[in-house]
Amino acid sequence: MIEVKGLHKHFGAIQAINGVDITIEKGEKIVIIGPSGCGKSTFLRCLNLLEQPTAGEIWFEGNMLNDGKSDVNKLRQKMGMVFQQFNLFPHKTIRENITLAPIKLKLMSVQQANDKATSLLSRIGLSDKAEVYPAQLSGGQQQRVAIVRALAMNPDVMLFDEPTSALDPEMVGEVLDVMKELAHEGMTMVVVTHEMGFAREVASRVLFMDSGKMVEQGTPQDIFDRPQCDRLRGFLAKVL
Amino acid sequence: MWQNFPQQLYDNIILNNRWQMYLSGLKNTLLLTLGAAVIGIVLGSLVAICKVYIKNKKKITPVDRALDFVCDVYLTIIRGTPMMVQVLIFCWIIFGSASIAMNFYAAMIAFGINSGAYVAEIVRAGINAVNIGQTEAGRSLGLTSAMTMRSIVLPQAIKNILPALANEAITLVKETAIVGYAAQQDITYAAATIRSRTYSPVPLLLIAVVYLLIVMLMTYGVNKLERRLAKSDRG
Repeated sequence: MIEVKGLHKHFGAIQAINGVDITIEKGEKIVIIGPSGCGKSTFLRCLNLLEQPTAGEIWFEGNMLNDGKSDVNKLRQKMGMVFQQFNLFPHKTIRENITLAPIKLKLMSVQQANDKATSLLSRIGLSDKAEVYPAQLSGGQQQRVAIVRALAMNPDVMLFDEPTSALDPEMVGEVLDVMKELAHEGMTMVVVTHEMGFAREVASRVLFMDSGKMVEQGTPQDIFDRPQCDRLRGFLAKVL
Repeated sequence: MWQNFPQQLYDNIILNNRWQMYLSGLKNTLLLTLGAAVIGIVLGSLVAICKVYIKNKKKITPVDRALDFVCDVYLTIIRGTPMMVQVLIFCWIIFGSASIAMNFYAAMIAFGINSGAYVAEIVRAGINAVNIGQTEAGRSLGLTSAMTMRSIVLPQAIKNILPALANEAITLVKETAIVGYAAQQDITYAAATIRSRTYSPVPLLLIAVVYLLIVMLMTYGVNKLERRLAKSDRG
């Protein structure tokens, strides 16, 4: 579904990503872990071209995203993204946040989009918040809305960029629960996170990144119970 | 100067229907401000959006570069020379061959072009102040950059911009007072004319009060609008 070939991303002299090759199959739940600044967020942002790769190829459903010819907007419709800072639209109500893109892009009628928003909101238990503004919600509620906002587009893959890092500890659980539910429904997911418990429980494959490279990958058992390289062992010793 | 003040009030306002001069001057001041504000906001927004758009573009074409250059030249010249000089150049050189009556429109355009340069910087700062995450969220949903700008960034930017824009409009009202130098009869010109006959302090004091009232009214209106726009901020 997603194929990355020889990905490099430089910010001036800083090499954030230094040659990454990876293939992600439909239905996989990839969790990317690694120390701060290792390039895992940058890697995720390259997947939907929020960052333009310096070199390499990103393929999504048979289209090369960064060849300068593909309709990136069209392809992004199928790649939902959830951000660390939620990034809900503060001037729109919760319902409008969810329906804005499907309506603007003429994928749904207003009626269809509203129905979709209603069912998505009831799924995360926030039906009563449809007409309020994001500032009136807690961080955990905002992030759950951000997840369903992406889901409203009926994406084929969901990208999560440290979705719980900006949350108060007691709100982390409610967001992870929504993500776990999504995983059980078979959604293809790529998740950058520091939540090792989530990685262990949900991931079909865990990738360990360091200094802009994929250093080690495997099942959660491989990574957490039988780490091979020293850097991964050192990292796990600090976070577990 | 202050003897017999009630008589002076009468002489400077009522006598010879002088109040009509103030009123027609006020009308010109307001028309001039309104026209210039519209030109300024349209021109300023265009320049700001051009500059932001070019700055955020991945591949910059020669056309983009030329456009950016033109915007910079405009901003530099307009902000680097006195408004009075610009108005005089417009009225007496650029539109120099037109009739004096046309100077009203020449001045309106000059004020508008001048205001546009300041509005451009205000709008640009307002757009840049909207968190980049908002643009990213819009784009990640598949919205085009134009849709993201229109539905997500600009509505939020307007909220940031409004107080500064109101200040610019208030400045504009007051600065139109120099239009007398282009032989146009605004309210300041009316007051100066009447004073030259009566040598009284009344005309200038009167129009000072009028300007003050206009500015206070505008401030009140903007405050109301701001409160309405802040509806979504309440937690």
